[in-house]
Amino acid sequence: MNERKPLLEVKNIVKRFGGLVALNRVSMEVYPGEVVGLLGDNGAGKSTLIKIVSGVYRADEGEIFFDGKEVKITSPMEALKLGIETIYQDLALAENLNVYSNIFLGREKLKKALGLIPVLDHDYMLQESHKVLNRLGIEIPSLKNKIKNLSGGQRQSVAISRSIYWNARLLIMDEPTAALGVAEQRKVLNLVRTLSEQGVSIIIISHQLYDVFQVAHRLVVLRRGEKVGERLTRETNPDEIVSLMVGAELVQEARGRE
Amino acid sequence: MRRVDMVLSEKGRERLYLLGKSWIFLFLLGEAVIFSFIGTGFFSAKNFQNILVASTTILLLAAGETFVIITGGIDLSVGFVMGLFCVISAKIIVSLQALGFSPVVSLVVSIAGTLLLGLLPGLLNGVLVAKLRVPPFIATFGMYGIAYGLSEILCNNVPIAGLPSLVGFIGNGYLLYYLPGRGFTWFAPPEGLGRGEVRALLALFPNVFLFAILVVLIFAFILSRTQFGQHVYAIGGNIDAARRAGIPVERDLIRVYMISSFFAALSGVMYTLRFVTGRADAGSARMLDSVVAVVIGGASLYGGTGNMIGSIIGTLVIGVLETGMVNLGLPTYNKYVYVGVILVLAVLIDQFFPEMVRKGE
Repeated sequence: MNERKPLLEVKNIVKRFGGLVALNRVSMEVYPGEVVGLLGDNGAGKSTLIKIVSGVYRADEGEIFFDGKEVKITSPMEALKLGIETIYQDLALAENLNVYSNIFLGREKLKKALGLIPVLDHDYMLQESHKVLNRLGIEIPSLKNKIKNLSGGQRQSVAISRSIYWNARLLIMDEPTAALGVAEQRKVLNLVRTLSEQGVSIIIISHQLYDVFQVAHRLVVLRRGEKVGERLTRETNPDEIVSLMVGAELVQEARGRE
Repeated sequence: MRRVDMVLSEKGRERLYLLGKSWIFLFLLGEAVIFSFIGTGFFSAKNFQNILVASTTILLLAAGETFVIITGGIDLSVGFVMGLFCVISAKIIVSLQALGFSPVVSLVVSIAGTLLLGLLPGLLNGVLVAKLRVPPFIATFGMYGIAYGLSEILCNNVPIAGLPSLVGFIGNGYLLYYLPGRGFTWFAPPEGLGRGEVRALLALFPNVFLFAILVVLIFAFILSRTQFGQHVYAIGGNIDAARRAGIPVERDLIRVYMISSFFAALSGVMYTLRFVTGRADAGSARMLDSVVAVVIGGASLYGGTGNMIGSIIGTLVIGVLETGMVNLGLPTYNKYVYVGVILVLAVLIDQFFPEMVRKGE
C-alpha cells in the first residue's frame, strides 16, 4: 500500500484558538482504500483536525495535499467538490423525507413535465438509489420509507450511500457506531470494509477502540494537540494505544497503584 | 399510549394509521351530513357554491400559510396584509378613475399593481427571518401591526367606496349561467329576464372561487412536484441538513414568505371584488382560520409535514361550519369557539396518533 501515493496528506498543521494551541504541527496521510483510525482523548484535537480537512476550519499553518496537489480547503463546499465527505454524528438527514430524497438532497434529479416544466424525477432517483445501496450491500425494506421510520444503523447507511453516490473519495466518519446497537455496529463496520475494498479512503474517529481495531489498517493517536504515535493495526494492541492516548506516565502510575 | 398499538394486529394498526391521517376528511363529511339534516336548504347546489365563495379568503391565506408552516415557521401577518392590499387595490381603482381612466383599465392596473406590491411584506418578513434570524413569530407579528396601521392611515379609517359596478359584476359573477329552456350563457345571465325566470336561473362556478382554486392548484403543483417544493420540506425537516446539502436555504425562505404575502394580497383583491369596497379589517379575523385550516389539514407546527390538499380540506371544514351556522341562524361568533376547539383537537391528534401508529419500532 505504501508504494502508492497518498490520497490525502496533511503536513505540519497548526491551529490556534486564541492562546490555546489546538493542533501543533500535526501531519498524517491516508492512502487510497485505506482505513485510518484517528484516536485520542477528549480535547486531543481529533475534531479540529477533521474540521480542517472538511473545510469547516482553516489551519493557521501547514499544507494539505489531495491527490498529490496542494489544495486550499476554504469551505465545506470546497471539500465536497474535491470528494471529501464528512459524516457527522447527527448524519444531516431530513427525517421527514424518504430514503432516495435524502440521497439526492440538494442535488435532485429533474425531468421536464409537458416538455417545459422542470419537476422531480422520482423514478430515476429511486433506481439510482437502489443501485448504490446494492453496490454497498445495504438492505433497507423500501426506499420510499421516511428516514424517521428507519433504525440508527439504516440511517447511517443512507448517509454513507449518499456520499458514495456523489463520488466521495475520502470519507470522514465521526463516531459512526456511537449510537448503535451491537448488530447494527457490525453492519456499519462491514460497510466500512466494503467501501475500503472499493477503493474509498476512510478516516474514522471513535471512542470504541474495539471497533477501530476491527476495521482500521493504521492508527494515528493525538494527545493535547500533538501526534504522539502512529501504528499499523496489526503491529499494535489496545493497551499500547491507550497508553499513547492518555500518556504512558499515567498508565504506569495506575499500574503502580494496583 | 404505547399499550394501544401493542394489542393491535398489523392490519389494525394500519387502519388506525389511516384513520389518524384521514380523520379530518371524515369530520368534514360528518359536518356536511349534520347540517344537511338540521339546516334548511343546506343540501343544494346554490348553498355549496356559497360555501366555496365564503371559503375563498381562508383558502388563499391557508395556501400561502402552508408553505410557511412546512418550513417550520408561521406567518401571523396574513390577515392584516390582506386588509392592507384590499385598501390599496380599491384606492388604485378609485384614483385611476378620478384621473379619467376607464373601469376596465383601472381594474386591470389595480390587480397587477396590488399583486406586485403584495410581494413586499413577504420580502421583508423573509429577510428578517432568513438573514437576520428573527423568529418568524416576531417578524410577522411586527408586520401584523405595520400592515394594519398602514391600511388605516391609507383609508383614513373609513372603508373606501365609489368603486365602479364592474368590480362587483366580476366579483359576484359566475362563469356559467343556465336557464331551463334557454340554455347556457357565459359570464352574464341572459338579458331581459322575467321575475320567474330570475328565480329559475342557475348560476355555476363563482368567478372568485374559480380563480382562487386555479392559483392554489398551481402552487400545490409547485409544492409537491418541483425542486423548490422539495427544498421547502427539507428546510422544515432539518434546516442544518438542508444547508449542508447545498440548498440555498435563505433564498428559499425569503421566497416562502413572499408566497405567503402574495396570497394575502390576492385575497385582499378578491375581497375588493366581492364586496366592492376597500376595508382595512377585511381579513383581520382570518389569520386564525388560515392557520387552523393548515394544521387540521395535517401540517405540523414543528415543520416538515403538510400538503396543499390537506389545507384545502381544512379550509372546507371551516367554510362548511361557517355557512352551516349562518344557515341555522346562529351568530357567526359562535364559530370561533368551534374553530378554536378544532385547532387544539387537531394538534392533540397530531401528537398522539403518530405515537400510536408509529411503525417498525
